Amino acid sequence: MSILEVQNVNKSFGGLKALHNVNLSVEEGTIHAIIGPNGAGKSTLLNCFIGKLIPDTGTVTFGGKSLLGMKPHEINQTGVSRVFQTPEIFADLTVYENVLIPCFAKRDGSFCLNPLKFVKREADIHDKAQHMLEDVNMADKRHMTASSLSRGDKRRLEMAMCLAQDPKLLLLDEPTAGMARADTNNTIELLREIQGKRHITMAVIEHDMHVVFSLAEKISVLAQGTVIVEDLPENIKGHPKVQEAYLGGAH
Amino acid sequence: MISKFQNNDRLLMLLFIIAVLAGPIILAPFGAGYPDLLQRFCIFGIFAIGFNILFGLTGYLSFGHAAFLGVGSYSAVWMFKLLTMNVIPGLILAVIVSGLFALVIGFISLRRSGIYFSILTLAFAQMSFSLAYSVLTPITNGETGLQLTLQDPRVLDGVNTTGSLPSTNLFGLAMNATQKVEFLGMTLQFNAGYYFCGLVLILAFYLSMRIFRSPFGLMLRAIKTNQNRLNYTGVNTRPYTLAAFVISGMYAGVAGGLMACTDPLAGAERMQWTASGEVVLMTILGGAGTLLGPVIGAGFIKYFENIFSKINDNVLHGWFSFMPDGLEDIIVGILYYFVGKGWLLTLGLLFMMVVIFLPGGLIQGLTHIVERFQSKDKKQDASVPSDTDNAVKPAE
Repeated sequence: MSILEVQNVNKSFGGLKALHNVNLSVEEGTIHAIIGPNGAGKSTLLNCFIGKLIPDTGTVTFGGKSLLGMKPHEINQTGVSRVFQTPEIFADLTVYENVLIPCFAKRDGSFCLNPLKFVKREADIHDKAQHMLEDVNMADKRHMTASSLSRGDKRRLEMAMCLAQDPKLLLLDEPTAGMARADTNNTIELLREIQGKRHITMAVIEHDMHVVFSLAEKISVLAQGTVIVEDLPENIKGHPKVQEAYLGGAH
Repeated sequence: MISKFQNNDRLLMLLFIIAVLAGPIILAPFGAGYPDLLQRFCIFGIFAIGFNILFGLTGYLSFGHAAFLGVGSYSAVWMFKLLTMNVIPGLILAVIVSGLFALVIGFISLRRSGIYFSILTLAFAQMSFSLAYSVLTPITNGETGLQLTLQDPRVLDGVNTTGSLPSTNLFGLAMNATQKVEFLGMTLQFNAGYYFCGLVLILAFYLSMRIFRSPFGLMLRAIKTNQNRLNYTGVNTRPYTLAAFVISGMYAGVAGGLMACTDPLAGAERMQWTASGEVVLMTILGGAGTLLGPVIGAGFIKYFENIFSKINDNVLHGWFSFMPDGLEDIIVGILYYFVGKGWLLTLGLLFMMVVIFLPGGLIQGLTHIVERFQSKDKKQDASVPSDTDNAVKPAE
């Protein structure tokens, strides 16, 4: 059963057609990779899922509900979390506080006026936050200011923040970009583990073919704003259309 | 380490209460122990604490907070005119009216952020000022300012037979009642109005501490560092910023109400943009985003305004009389530009130095000093891990 359905989505920026009749369906409980050359519209597509952009035409449904016209925080509350290409974290707060916030957002909803409660007395929230940090091996860095983390750690922190919300769908925008090989492999392990343990559906945008082929259960290839192939990983490698897109045979 | 010291909120609160209660004694040697100035310390302390809840936590810089101060004053004075000279109803109305005002202005201004938000609030405050000054004369009494008269109804107080204007009181305790005590050659003045303002200040400080330590406060700080991430984390930031705006507007209303309690008149100039700018200076000078900073900043600026500005060349000559005549004249000649009417020059230089060298405000300077003093003992317990508790580090 597909959890995310994208049908005939079009998006133009001025004269530039960024997305052209994109169709995509992400099966529940799988890792779905979206690959494609630079400028193919991968990030634009992801932005349409989280309410950052609104498609010109077409539909995006998540769990049977249309996401179009919903605000980013409403979309997130329905269970869609996103890890950004450049980590979006609360740079001035500590690592631990960074994880507390999504825990509160998950429990209390999009707004909760509780100026007289104590953060430190919320035992359930603390348990969960601590757990999340342990899951991404960052418990020892909990008192560090987030801005002082290395790039790889920032990304892992962002992942912990997204996972703290128990999302139904996790969107990952190049989760291993700029990482050393060892870190990349750790991330792959981490993602596999998460998927195995919690059955979170994931949609991953990735450049690194090593990552794509070791993670994805299904791959969509995006080129010039449209999905040219959607297939199992083993069929993608030798696909003539894919080779054409990547090697620039179109011109 | 002062952060450890500040983690200990109870201790901080206790010290704060002691400092407020002992205010007349502590400040008397500095020439600031008279009721009028002490009251002003408290009132502007409250104003700055409230402003800090908005600016220090969410990073939204309002340039129109004086409007709420003015609204609070007008509301309180109207209560004195119509209902009773007791300060409690006046303060309550001040909080309610300024809160409603903040709700409306905040709802509109918070549609934008950054400089546009600041300009919107500034525009609203200047509009309020102009309205109070001209169009709304029946309510505000325009240029003259709203004052008490003998003809005011004061329904609850009964008929005034004394023929003079009544004074504000707290269930009979007159706000201007002062107990003078001679102590070590100083005259200590214990004033009812000061202690009333002081109690409200303590309450205001306590509330702000609770807000800082609450999940709500955590969200406000998250808004300051990355509002986008917060939106994509399922949090609707608008109601949070609006709540912070209204709370800080109510604080300003309380401050305005207290101004009227200690001196029952209200003028439009309280709403002017210079007054809005002053609270920004106080907060930044003391340390935005810290608990104690705004109070210290407010005290500093009010001290300069009232004490430094009274130092004239005679006082300076008195200070430097031990020097040879020629040198004395030169030194006094130079310093003259920095005191008296030139106090703003000193304040400006101080402000520049703080912003450049202590971006965390005066409180950061205090932290450095305390840390230096404690660095000796620190070596001994450096081996003990300090993060054994689950407490979240404070905003400090």
